[in-house]
Order: sequence, then C-alpha cells, then structure tokens
Amino acid sequence: MTNPTSQAEIVRQSLKRRYRKERRFRAYGIAAIAVALLALVTLFTDIISKGYTGFLKTTVTLEVTLDQDLMYLEDATDDKALRMADFKAPLLAALQKEVPQATSEREDQRALNGLVSSYATNELKDALKADPSILGTTQTMTFLASDDVDVYVKHKGDTTYSIKLSERQQQWADQLVEKGVIENSFNDVFFSHGDSREPGNAGVLGAMVGSLLTMLVTLFLSFPIGVAAAIYLEEFAPQNKLTDFIEVNINNLAAVPSIIFGLLGLAIFINLFGMPRSVPVVGGLVLMLMTLPTIIISSRAAIKSVPPSIREAAEGIGASKMQVVLHHVLPLALPGMLTGSIIGMAQALGETAPLLLIGMVAFIVDVPDGFFDSATVLPVQIFLWAGSPELGFIERASAAIMVLLTFLISMNALAIWLRKRLERRW
Amino acid sequence: MIKLKAALASVAVAGAMAAVSTPTLARDTINIVGSSTVYPFATVVAERFGRNTDFPTPKLESTGSGGGLKLFCAGIGTQHPDITNASRRMKSSEFELCQSNGVKDIVEVKIGSDGIVLASSKEAENLDISLEQLFLALAKEVPDPNGGDRLVANPYQNWSDIDASLPNKPIRVMGPPPTSGTRDAFNELALEGGCEEIPMIDAMEKDAKEQVCQSIREDGAFVEAGENDNLIVQKLASDSTSYGVFGYSFLEENSGTLQAATINGMEPTMENISSDAYPVARSLWFYVKKAHVGVVPGIAEYVAEFTSEGTWGDNGYLADVGLIPLARSARMQASENANSMQTMTGNEL
Repeated sequence: MTNPTSQAEIVRQSLKRRYRKERRFRAYGIAAIAVALLALVTLFTDIISKGYTGFLKTTVTLEVTLDQDLMYLEDATDDKALRMADFKAPLLAALQKEVPQATSEREDQRALNGLVSSYATNELKDALKADPSILGTTQTMTFLASDDVDVYVKHKGDTTYSIKLSERQQQWADQLVEKGVIENSFNDVFFSHGDSREPGNAGVLGAMVGSLLTMLVTLFLSFPIGVAAAIYLEEFAPQNKLTDFIEVNINNLAAVPSIIFGLLGLAIFINLFGMPRSVPVVGGLVLMLMTLPTIIISSRAAIKSVPPSIREAAEGIGASKMQVVLHHVLPLALPGMLTGSIIGMAQALGETAPLLLIGMVAFIVDVPDGFFDSATVLPVQIFLWAGSPELGFIERASAAIMVLLTFLISMNALAIWLRKRLERRW
Repeated sequence: MIKLKAALASVAVAGAMAAVSTPTLARDTINIVGSSTVYPFATVVAERFGRNTDFPTPKLESTGSGGGLKLFCAGIGTQHPDITNASRRMKSSEFELCQSNGVKDIVEVKIGSDGIVLASSKEAENLDISLEQLFLALAKEVPDPNGGDRLVANPYQNWSDIDASLPNKPIRVMGPPPTSGTRDAFNELALEGGCEEIPMIDAMEKDAKEQVCQSIREDGAFVEAGENDNLIVQKLASDSTSYGVFGYSFLEENSGTLQAATINGMEPTMENISSDAYPVARSLWFYVKKAHVGVVPGIAEYVAEFTSEGTWGDNGYLADVGLIPLARSARMQASENANSMQTMTGNEL
C-alpha cells in the first residue's frame, strides 16, 4: 500500500537536493564561461598593452641644409652623382644644430648618427631625386628616429628599453623630446611598407597583400569545387558503398593536421609540377586542400536542411531534377554554404604550418604585386617578428596580431550577418 | 563508366593546371636560403641592396645550413635557390651532391666570423681557462677525479676544485637555452673541443661520446638564462660571482662593464676571432650558383654589395649588427675571388 502523503513527503524532501543540484550545475556552467572569458581578456590585455605602441612611430624633424659642397653634389638630376654624394654630412650637421653640446669628435658624431634611422640618408636621396631644385636650400624634413630611440621614447623609464642607448644619447633624446624635435605620431609606415630588418621601417602591407592574394586563390578554387561536390553527393549520387567511402574520407580529411597538407603541397605542386616556392598561388592551393573538407561538410549540412517539401513541390509542378536543385535548393542552401565557407577561410587566414614547407616563411621586403610574386602572409609575419632580437619588433608583432584579429573578427561577423540576413525559417 | 570518365577528367584538369604553371617562369628576384646564424646579416644586406639599387629585394628563407645546401644543390633552374648561407663550410659530400645534380660551378665566399665568449663583470676575478677545464666545469658527467675509468656526476663545486690556478669561487655560469644557435655552437666548439682532449672520453664510441660531450650539468651550476643575450649582460653587471656565455657582439657593446675569459691562452679579440686563433669561433659563408649569374638579374651586384668595405669592412654596417669581419688582407682576397666569380674545385674542402 502506498501512502500518497508519504510520497509527496519523499518528493518534498528530495526537492531541496534537486534544486541544489541544479544551482550547482548552473554555477559550473558560469565558471566555465568565466574561465574562457578570463583567458580571452588576459590575451587581449596582453596583446593590446604590448602592442598599442606599435601603432606609433617616432620621428625626428630637422632643418636640413642641402649644401652642395658638404654633399659633394653639383647636380641633383645626375643619377651617377647622386650615388656618389654624401647624404650623411647634411644630416649630421642638422642634428648638430639641435644638439649643440655634441663635439665634432668621431664618437660624438657616431652617437648623433645613432639617433636617426639608418635609412634617413635614403629618404634624403629620394627627396632630392623627386625634386632636384631643393639642392642648396634649407628644408624642414621629417625622418624616422633610430629603433633604439624609438623604443626608448615610447617606454620612458623602463630600463630594459634603454640598454642600447648610451647615457649621452639618452640625455640628447630627452632634450630633443622636450624641444619637440622628436615626436610620436600615428605609424603610417606600418600600413604602407613591407618587412624590414629595422622595426621602424617594417610594415604589414606586404603580408596583408600576400594574405589577400592567397585567400583569393583559396576562395575561387575551394568554393566552387566544394559546393559542386556537396550538391552532387547530396542530390545526385546514389547511396552505395562507394559514396559512403567517399563521405567517410571527406570527414577524415577535415581532421588531418594542416602540416600534412603542407607536405602534400611541397611534394605535388613544387617538386612534381615545378611551381616556384613562396608564391601565393601555391599557398592558396595548399590552403584550398585544407578548407575543402570544411566547405563540403557545411554545404552538405546546408542542403540537408532545405525541407523536402520544397523539392516535392517543385517536382510536383514538373521541374526537372536540375531545375529543382538550381532554382530551389541551391538558393535556399546558399546562406549556410557561405557561412561555412567564410569560417573555413578565416581558419585558412590564420594558418602558418603548411606555409612553412612551401617557402612562404621568408624575409620579403617588396610588396607582392601578383599571384606569382614571392609573398608571406600575416600569421607568418607575426611569427618572424616574434623571433627577431630587436626590441622594436615585440610591439610590432603584437600590433600585427591586432590587425590579424581584426580581419578574423570581421570575417566571422560577416558570416553571422549573412546568416541572420539570408536565413529562412520553416 | 561515367564515374571513371569524371575521374579521368579531373586528373586532366589538374594536369592542365600544372602545365599552365610549368613553363620555366623567369624570375627577377634573387632567392637565398640557408643558415639562421647568417640570416640576420644577409637580410640587412638584402634590404640595403634592394633600397640602393633598381633590383628587387632578394627573398631570404631561413632553412638552416644543412637544409639550405640541400635545396641549393638540388639543381640548376629558376625553381632552385641562387645563393645559400652557411655557418659552417660545405662538406665534401654536399659538394658531390651538387656536382651530381649539375650544379658544377659554385663560388664560395667566407664573410666573417662569429665568436662566443665567457664573460664576467669587471669586478669579478677573470678566468684564464683551457677548453678541457671548461668542459670539466660544465659537463653533466666527468671522469672520476679519484682515478679509475668511469664517469661520475660532476663533483666540482668551485673553479679551484678543477685546477688550483682557477679562482676559489663557486662555479656559476649563465648561458642560452638549447633552442639557441649560440648554445649549439658553444656545445660543439667549446664543450666538444674540451671533451676530446680527455683521452678516456675521446676513446668512447661515437654516439656515447657525443652524449657525454654535449650534456651540460643540471645541478644549478649552469643556469639557462633565456634567449635574450641582453638579459645575461644585465645580470652579470649586477652579480660579480657569475660568468655568462653569449655572442661576441654583446661583449663589444658592453666592454665598459664586462671582461672576457681567456680560453686556451687566447683572448677573444677581433683579430683572434677572425684569424681562428680563439677556439670558440666559427666562420660564416655563403655559396653562389654561378650558372644563375646573368640569368637571375642582380646576383653579381648583390655579391659586390656584400663584399664591399662599407658592408663587411671594419666600419661596415654588418659590424654594427655583430659580424666579426675577416682580417683586411683576407677580406680583400675574398672580395676579389667573389667578384671575379672564381669557382670551387672541390679540393679545398
């Protein structure tokens, strides 16, 4: 005999425990989210606090007298004479004017020279080449500061950043900062130059263009191939052992470590087909192999989610199989396919390992201007800078990470927006 | 059958794609591969070369000396690199590989040296040490000091335990971690060099010998101080009981506060390192494929830039980034050989 009161009693007694259990379970969930958020916040604060100075450049503004005798230059339109001219002398003279206590001793002159970038003479030369009439006049010109001064000024008071400057140079730098000769401003060099061994002259444009070219190759190959494969497998292929086998293999391919695709690319595209190393075409082909399984799988899922009633309705009014697919299934599945592709592309954008083997991890200064031009990509540029000994590269690596993250976040945002915009519910 | 046709078609498409790209693409950028030790010097030269001439900036890949030579010797043609850098001389086996792949004419250029020093604060007692003593101080296992032919865990606590002429101070050496190229060179040149002077270890089998020679003690006498040589320099300045291992360029930059140990009676000076008299020094090289000169534009000009006084001379810009230049006479000779593209015979190796 069961007693209803006692049954309710049992339930009531266990109720408290069940509520506690539920609260505990929720707490676990919140804790998990908190850990994830904490990791993300730590990562972001670390990168941003280290990297924001990478978006600043340090410049020295000088009154340069382009004296003909000092430079041994009679005629600035003569290329040969330009090559032989002394561009250091007017620079040093201009610096001397700002730092009057520097003597003409060799050591002092060397210390002075150490304040401006070693490519300042090239800038002077380019300015003369662009406008030969400025020879003999006095011009106000802005040069990049040397890297030692750059990190010293940005990290004032931190001794790890002043190690390369002598005490005399530090004094001069402080003095010039006070006078406004040395200034910090937005680092346009970072977005308009390729790689350099001098952090001040280094930029991400080369890597950004390299990434863009590589991604274009990947997109234009993997999207059509992936979508075609998905449509065939989903709509036309007979259900038999062969298609099952293909399906299993596509799923397996999606889980293959990316470095394997790099090895494959090296063996096939470079060694067998004789394509050049370090070019976006090969990089794009390798990343295409890598993203293809992701795109096929997500496209198949998108096709599967189109309700059968739509196919049946189309067939019911006499549409052919081809018409059903092209006029009805494909347009409805497209948002899902696009989302999957964008996520696959974002994954490919952040990939370094396979590119290591096909020579895209290289020191490349010139911004690539074609699919067969040597190039590197953003994550590789970060990898190279992070391993460089110069202090100025630490902040530039972090700044490049921020650029890469911006691209990734906007690609993912685009995917979400497309899904929200085009998605249809039944 | 239809499936088979489709498969064949896809193979044909892949083949066509390859055929489009196969025609030997004329390349106008110099491709350089090779040693990571030479990489920082070569990249600086390449960048200057690109800025100061109308040629595009050469492309540099850091593949290591061995990897670079393998790529370099793979053959003639624009898909193969034009120049490879090396932090050791080409081996005769590598020369033969080059020859058998049709890379007949190779120009060898020695660019300078790289020295590793054992330094301390000027307030510390300076060391005058032999390689053998250095090995005994830092090795994980050493021959039993009480005689017998077995190896024991390193028992030496003070420098003077090894030899009475050394300071009566605890052994404390800060050096780079195993991931560093400096550590590789230090192991190879200093420790192995000292180790081979001990007859008992020298008589051991190759693998076992290497194991003993390259194992550094882990009981706190040797401290791994991270990849940043600047950090070791800073620590030495504030700690007069320790010694540090780092590249010569850092000693030079901090000669005001640091002094370097004399090893095998040789001080690490520019002259001693460039003449190979200082034992912990190695030479740096690059190799040029002569068949590519004139095919890929700018190779001769790049070599000329690299071997000019303003680049690799005593006051050249490579000295600023830490290269130890060759002696002037050797430099002149090397420059002449390089610019006249004198090829290797294979007998010099």
